[in-house]
Amino acid sequence: MFAYYLDLALRSLRRNKVLTTLMVLALALGIGATITTLTVLKLLSGDPLPQKSAQLFYPQLDPYPKDQPFSRSGKKLPWLMSYIDAMNLLHARKAERQAVMALSQVKLTPQGQGGKPFYADGVLTTSDFFPMFDAPFQYGAGWGSTDDESRAQVVVIAGFLNDKLFGGANSVGRTIRIEDHDFRIIGVLRPWAPQPRFYAVHLGGRDYGKGEAVFMPLQSVRADGMTPNTVMSYGPEHTDMQHLETAQSIWLGLWVQLSSADEAPAYKLFLGNYAQQQVALGRFQLSRVGLWDLMSWLRNEQVVPDDVRLQAGMALGFLLICVVNTVGLLLAKCLRRSREIGVRRALGASRGAIFLQFMVEAGIVGVAGGVLGLGFAELGLWGIRHQPAQYASLAHLDLSMFLFTFVVALVSSLVAGLLPAWRACVVAPAPQLKAS
Amino acid sequence: MEIRPILASLRKHRIPAALIVLEIALACAVLCNAVFMIGQRVASIHWSNAIDEQGIAVITVNGADPKLAASEIPRNLVALRGIAGVTAVAAATSMPLDQNPALSPFVAKPDANTTVNTSVYFIGSDGERAMGLRLLQGRWFNAGEYAGSGFKNFSSTGHVALVTQSDANRLWPGQSALGKTLYSNATGWTVVGVVADVLAQDPKFSGPGGMYSSVFFPLQPDGVMGDYMLRSTPQDRERVVREAVQVLGKLQPGAVVEGKTYAGMRSDYFADSNSMVWMLVLVCVVMLAVTAFGIVGLTSFWVQQRRRQIGIRRAVGATRGHILSYFRTENFLLSTTGTLIGVMLAFGINLYLMEHYEMNRMPWYYLPGSAIALWLLGQLAVFGPARRAAAVPPVVATRSV
Repeated sequence: MFAYYLDLALRSLRRNKVLTTLMVLALALGIGATITTLTVLKLLSGDPLPQKSAQLFYPQLDPYPKDQPFSRSGKKLPWLMSYIDAMNLLHARKAERQAVMALSQVKLTPQGQGGKPFYADGVLTTSDFFPMFDAPFQYGAGWGSTDDESRAQVVVIAGFLNDKLFGGANSVGRTIRIEDHDFRIIGVLRPWAPQPRFYAVHLGGRDYGKGEAVFMPLQSVRADGMTPNTVMSYGPEHTDMQHLETAQSIWLGLWVQLSSADEAPAYKLFLGNYAQQQVALGRFQLSRVGLWDLMSWLRNEQVVPDDVRLQAGMALGFLLICVVNTVGLLLAKCLRRSREIGVRRALGASRGAIFLQFMVEAGIVGVAGGVLGLGFAELGLWGIRHQPAQYASLAHLDLSMFLFTFVVALVSSLVAGLLPAWRACVVAPAPQLKAS
Repeated sequence: MEIRPILASLRKHRIPAALIVLEIALACAVLCNAVFMIGQRVASIHWSNAIDEQGIAVITVNGADPKLAASEIPRNLVALRGIAGVTAVAAATSMPLDQNPALSPFVAKPDANTTVNTSVYFIGSDGERAMGLRLLQGRWFNAGEYAGSGFKNFSSTGHVALVTQSDANRLWPGQSALGKTLYSNATGWTVVGVVADVLAQDPKFSGPGGMYSSVFFPLQPDGVMGDYMLRSTPQDRERVVREAVQVLGKLQPGAVVEGKTYAGMRSDYFADSNSMVWMLVLVCVVMLAVTAFGIVGLTSFWVQQRRRQIGIRRAVGATRGHILSYFRTENFLLSTTGTLIGVMLAFGINLYLMEHYEMNRMPWYYLPGSAIALWLLGQLAVFGPARRAAAVPPVVATRSV
């Protein structure tokens, strides 16, 4: 029976080519726009470390004076931590793993004659960074906590930097010059860039895109005089960049890994006690603290750009208009075919059969719209890849969005087909036959 | 034109009529908000900036040894002045729209607070000419002030500053800013001049309050100055960038030298807004096209269905004009209903966006504006089918079916 409906539907669609093209084109445009924007939205609001994110937490303290809060509303906790607080929490070792981090633009000078210096993004961090974030090593390994304490001049480099400087060879043990200091390479990472770049948020890095080129022990590079990208002062003085460790300034992010999310209340209690202790010591005026799991932190800091969310909303509105448009055109067609329906009904077709026939017709429009829409979506994503946005290079259609396209196409066309099909199946056969 | 027969006919065809109304309402709601967003972004792309945007080339030198700055910067400036067509050269710490905010709060009394973040610019000798600042009151820095002002912990060790007109009005409303003391973290500087409004380093980050809040300090050659500003005619600027990068590349082999025209810097800053504008325009155009074709399609079938009725009307004396205006009036009624609903919907969407996004209230004139646009679109779309309806000959009435 289905094959017969299919045949009928194709005949009917072929009979009115202009109208069919209009319906398919409109639906395809709506689907194309929706899939393009949803792909970008999904990509940007994704989980950067799916296997780990439930265990990773971002603690916040508030060293700001009561009458001069960090945010205008006074409600938001400071994004970063001072060196003293970050180190106290790091050394307390209350979590399974913990690492502090800052980002810095560093000058790299390739070895040998004629090597032109260039700038790259660097992470200043502590030893737990690599195991905590599951950073995969191609060669070598990260440094240990003793290297942190001894201010070792070691560096872990990203795969892309290893390709650029050493042609992809095992460079462990070799030296690179960073900000005019020599560092020994102890590890090379495989391509690794979790999206969004969750640990770079508020550290003066990019929220999306390529990862950093070099990872260095924080205390070692501070001893060399390198400074972080973002420094915010909460004291009455401007920050003294030479003495960041003692300055009343926040410039470090702290991430902790708990054994499970159930441990979060206990860690928050520990944070609260720490803050109260600091209030008692006179270092803090406020004892409030925050503890976010990775995904809530990204949501709360609205890492996904407003424009991307607006575009997705607008595309959905556009799809809705296209669906209404398809309803109208399908309905017009079905009203015009009242006589044909009358004949079919008189010859014994049930209401259900008529309904099904029209739904099949709508479904075909949907599938065609989906195929064409996929083309539009690819075109749209190609356009986005040529935009100056940080996430441009990431915009690709994955398998799930590919399948989702057809789900959207079928659902929207079947929804569009409901009303016309219902109108068609309630046509009374007698008047139609009489009229002819 | 009698409306009653049209209403009677619409009542008989409730569903197609409702669909047209719905489509116009949705299109109107989306159009209103999209055009508003386009307007806001286009306005931001055209933010004024009182420097010589067309004539400046900016060469950034990073990674030079700060200890050698005192001797290297004057040497570099001399070399850059030698480039043909360059009329002024100076070093600076940052540029408007360079996306590298250096912000501080500035107030008129030592113990006052503010939430406005002011962009801080340190300029070297001749900086006002190289940048093309416009002096509104007072004077520029003199040679002694340039030579005697240093940089420590993000603030000036000198005693003088230039403020923008916006800041002068904000800090000393109704008074002249000249001779007043500007404070930040209990340190004070005397305002010697007021310049026309210069944009912040990152106005989107600084917000509406900090957009034109900028302070200029004089600075002797210092390692924090990474930017060289070269002023020339707009025709020369591309060549000036190329030559200056070569000159500085040779003089500072250990540093990273990058050059850009200021116009290029400005378009980089607004690249995001620009692409959002194009994407919104595209969506609007396609959406209007889809709506128009939808109206054409539905009305055409409608006309086809009523060929007999039209024929009868023509046979009993209606002119072509009558038929034409019948369909146009019908579309007018539908469009009006649709846009009324659409305007309310648009207003609701705007309220929602204001709540959840950084969006302003939509000025009222956007609502009638897009209502009229859709109303015109409806009339345009219905014109074809209506003409075909008018062309139905009266003889149709005499044929059975």
